[in-house]
Amino acid sequence: MAEKTLRTPRADAGRQPSAAESSTAVGLDAVQVRFRTKKKDVTALRDVSLGVASGEFVAIVGPSGCGKSTLLKLVAGLLRPSSGAVRLHGEDVTAPRPDIGYVFQRAALLEWRTVRRNILLQAEMRKMSADHARTRAAELIEMTGLTGFEDAYPHELSGGMQQRVALCRALLHEPPVLLMDEPFGALDALTREQMNVELNRIWRETGTTVLLVTHSISEAAYLAGRVAVMSARPGTVTEVIDVGLPPERDYTDTMSRPEFRRATARIRTLLGAASAAD
Amino acid sequence: MSQSAITRTPAPPAGVSERAQRGAAERLGEAVEHSWRPFALLLVCLVAWWSVSAAGLVEPYLVPSPGATLDVMATKSGYLWHHSWVTTYETLLGFVIAVVVGVLAAVVMVYSSTVEKTLYPILLFAQVIPKIAIAPLFVVWLGFGIAPKILIAVLIAFFPVVISMVTGLKSVDPEMIQLSQTMGASALQTFVKIRFPASFPHLFSGLKVAVTLAVTGAVVGEFVGANEGLGYVILQANGNLDTPMLFAGLLVMSLIGVVLFVIVEITEKLLLPWHASRRGDAVSTAY
Repeated sequence: MAEKTLRTPRADAGRQPSAAESSTAVGLDAVQVRFRTKKKDVTALRDVSLGVASGEFVAIVGPSGCGKSTLLKLVAGLLRPSSGAVRLHGEDVTAPRPDIGYVFQRAALLEWRTVRRNILLQAEMRKMSADHARTRAAELIEMTGLTGFEDAYPHELSGGMQQRVALCRALLHEPPVLLMDEPFGALDALTREQMNVELNRIWRETGTTVLLVTHSISEAAYLAGRVAVMSARPGTVTEVIDVGLPPERDYTDTMSRPEFRRATARIRTLLGAASAAD
Repeated sequence: MSQSAITRTPAPPAGVSERAQRGAAERLGEAVEHSWRPFALLLVCLVAWWSVSAAGLVEPYLVPSPGATLDVMATKSGYLWHHSWVTTYETLLGFVIAVVVGVLAAVVMVYSSTVEKTLYPILLFAQVIPKIAIAPLFVVWLGFGIAPKILIAVLIAFFPVVISMVTGLKSVDPEMIQLSQTMGASALQTFVKIRFPASFPHLFSGLKVAVTLAVTGAVVGEFVGANEGLGYVILQANGNLDTPMLFAGLLVMSLIGVVLFVIVEITEKLLLPWHASRRGDAVSTAY
């Protein structure tokens, strides 16, 4: 993957978007990932290619252990591919990338910090200006409905609210790309629906490119413009489905739309086929 | 419109703010609720002790009466104060050194597996060797002054600090570290803002063990060779068959240990309110 290293310094926060990168935010090109364990070599991802346009919302679904999370970690630069290329805004990803926001399945909050200070951790690490960060944090707190809980500690919050805090933290620095790894997997069904509605709104309001890994087929079809369906290990993208719904979506209404039902049915067929092939 | 329903969520559930405000008074009540039992037991022991000596079941030179013990504590209070202070000073100095060295050693060991592999066996060796057996050697090396006592206190208190700190530093959620990397944080930032504070709950459980052990260490040092401190007081009293003084020394010594332990525990509660309140349920059943 190191054949062409047109390397620009990483700390170029204020760079102007060139034509190429305004079109493709995330690009995976024939990516393969192998893990070496003591006893065997495991191929987690095989020949994965995926392009995500700037401002697009792409969901990734697939059976457990198919390497969905690995894929996100590749994009974030937390992992390196064994072969193939991973690009973020047209740049090769060779180290952990600071120009993304990451949300894990567990909120991963610092329990000794209040809601506000957990969100501001992002600013402290990046050495953002304190005033700007506080204003931005206040905006996000309002946007995600955390008003009144700014000074609460994580253990005083419900799972859904903890996840909102994690989302605020990931959005604080206005990342061009948001990576979400089953962010609502641990929530109850009702909270999950509410979070889906909110995430749809936040995505429309911020214009962030979102890559969402999920186990829920309806979550994927409700939120995403396109859904990448992956096969079981070694994982690869079997099909990318265009959901074909407008960005602004009412929850109940969307569920009954024919486009929605067509998309979910197709995903189900593909996933069923993937598990039957095992 | 389902959207507005969600944005309205935050009218804080009454329980949250209410508990935060009632806190102080409630906590005092809880403290009394939790602590009267040990005091009651203490009282029972005192009464038992008193009745045994008052009934003349045991010779006074074997077990003095509580009255005689308290009398010694009152009449010789200056003498006891002086020696208690010496022991406390040695204990605290030993404890502080053990904490500083222990925390530093733990940090180095966690960040370098080579250092860990090199140091660990030596640490273990230093831990298993009976301190009381090497104490005379320290007196030979360092004399009768304060140095050998502090050294023994350090050696005895050091191990729980290292072990708890290593566990604490290693128990950080790996996703938290990855998150920190996506924030562009340096290793130092990750350590200062995430790893170090995350290890505090483990560290404090080690500190509580260490502080009581430090008292033991100081007294062991005084037993071997000293002309000051509670260990010296007890040896002197023993030699003179002055059991009231011996008991007085023992009481004061235990009191020092308890007070230091409580100070560490209060510090923990002040520094880690999130931790203490999170395991609040466990505390109320455990006490």
